[in-house]
Amino acid sequence: MKVLEKKIKADVCDAPNSRVDHDKGIELLKYLIIGVIFGIVFVKAEIISWFRIQEMFRLQSFFMYGVIGSAILTGLISIQLIKRLGIKTIHGEPINIPTKEFRKGQIIGGFIFGLGWALTGACPGPLFAQIGSGFTVIFITFLSAIAGTWVYGKFSDKLPN
Amino acid sequence: MNQFMEWITQPWPWYVAGPMIGLTVPALLIVGNKSFGISSSLRHVCAACIPAGIPFFTYNWKKEMWNLLFVLGILIGGFIATTFLANPNEIVIAEQTQAELSAIGITDFSGLLPADIFSWENLFTAKGLLFFVVGGFLVGFGTRYAGGCTSGHAIMGISSLQWPSLVATIFFMVGGFLMTHVIMEPLMKLVGF
Repeated sequence: MKVLEKKIKADVCDAPNSRVDHDKGIELLKYLIIGVIFGIVFVKAEIISWFRIQEMFRLQSFFMYGVIGSAILTGLISIQLIKRLGIKTIHGEPINIPTKEFRKGQIIGGFIFGLGWALTGACPGPLFAQIGSGFTVIFITFLSAIAGTWVYGKFSDKLPN
Repeated sequence: MNQFMEWITQPWPWYVAGPMIGLTVPALLIVGNKSFGISSSLRHVCAACIPAGIPFFTYNWKKEMWNLLFVLGILIGGFIATTFLANPNEIVIAEQTQAELSAIGITDFSGLLPADIFSWENLFTAKGLLFFVVGGFLVGFGTRYAGGCTSGHAIMGISSLQWPSLVATIFFMVGGFLMTHVIMEPLMKLVGF
């Protein structure tokens, strides 16, 4: 019974996305395309720049606040429209947004990520765009981020949460 | 066509970039009921390559393949934008930021990332250790501990009105402010700037 519980817990991701059958093979390309557009925006708006992140944390430019603020506002309006109009997925399923439970990790982990964000000038998204832009040394940062994720996974049950 | 290229190669303003990023939220929901999030991809890489029997990485990562394709797309998008749509001019950086960064040893302000830090020559130096290895580790460890990053918490979480995401975002900023204003200067001196 204990083993079974553990198995079930491990199966649940932070953002549980129950993959449906049509998300196989060629259907998965739609996510690649959305990613490509997203990556282009990251580079063209210079969000991947270490300097933009420095400007943000030094409160010397409105740019990043404008980007994040208007992104949140657009997301907020979109989600409200989806909910109120009962918009479904292209496959006709009701849209499901998982609830995020409060944990201490959001404070401690959030703080730790913030330290790294200011150093690297990149959150995980821009990391990928930086590598694609030819800053190949960022691949080392990426490997280190994988290591950080792995160490968290290894010790997650011993950390306060 | 020339005019179009001239327009598209300019750096895009925040009020174009922000809404486009925001639209990723409904786009992913509508095409496949997916919650916008990027740092999970790091976890899926661990689950796929180095699970080592750790319960946190023992799940069917293949079900999350969409997320890996999404981040691969971001990488390709970065390549396309830099190769075909690159801004011919140098990046414009706030004067005061430039002055403050000069004072702590940054000399190169021509690219999106300063070559003083982000170059292969720095890999096996204290600079590389700090900015690539330590920096990357903090990003990977912190985002997973927090259960998300700027996309999953700040954008997806707040726009779906989830207060734990607001808490996480506030602490992202607290960490960033502390690093920028207090810790970074002594650390940079320590690594030889």
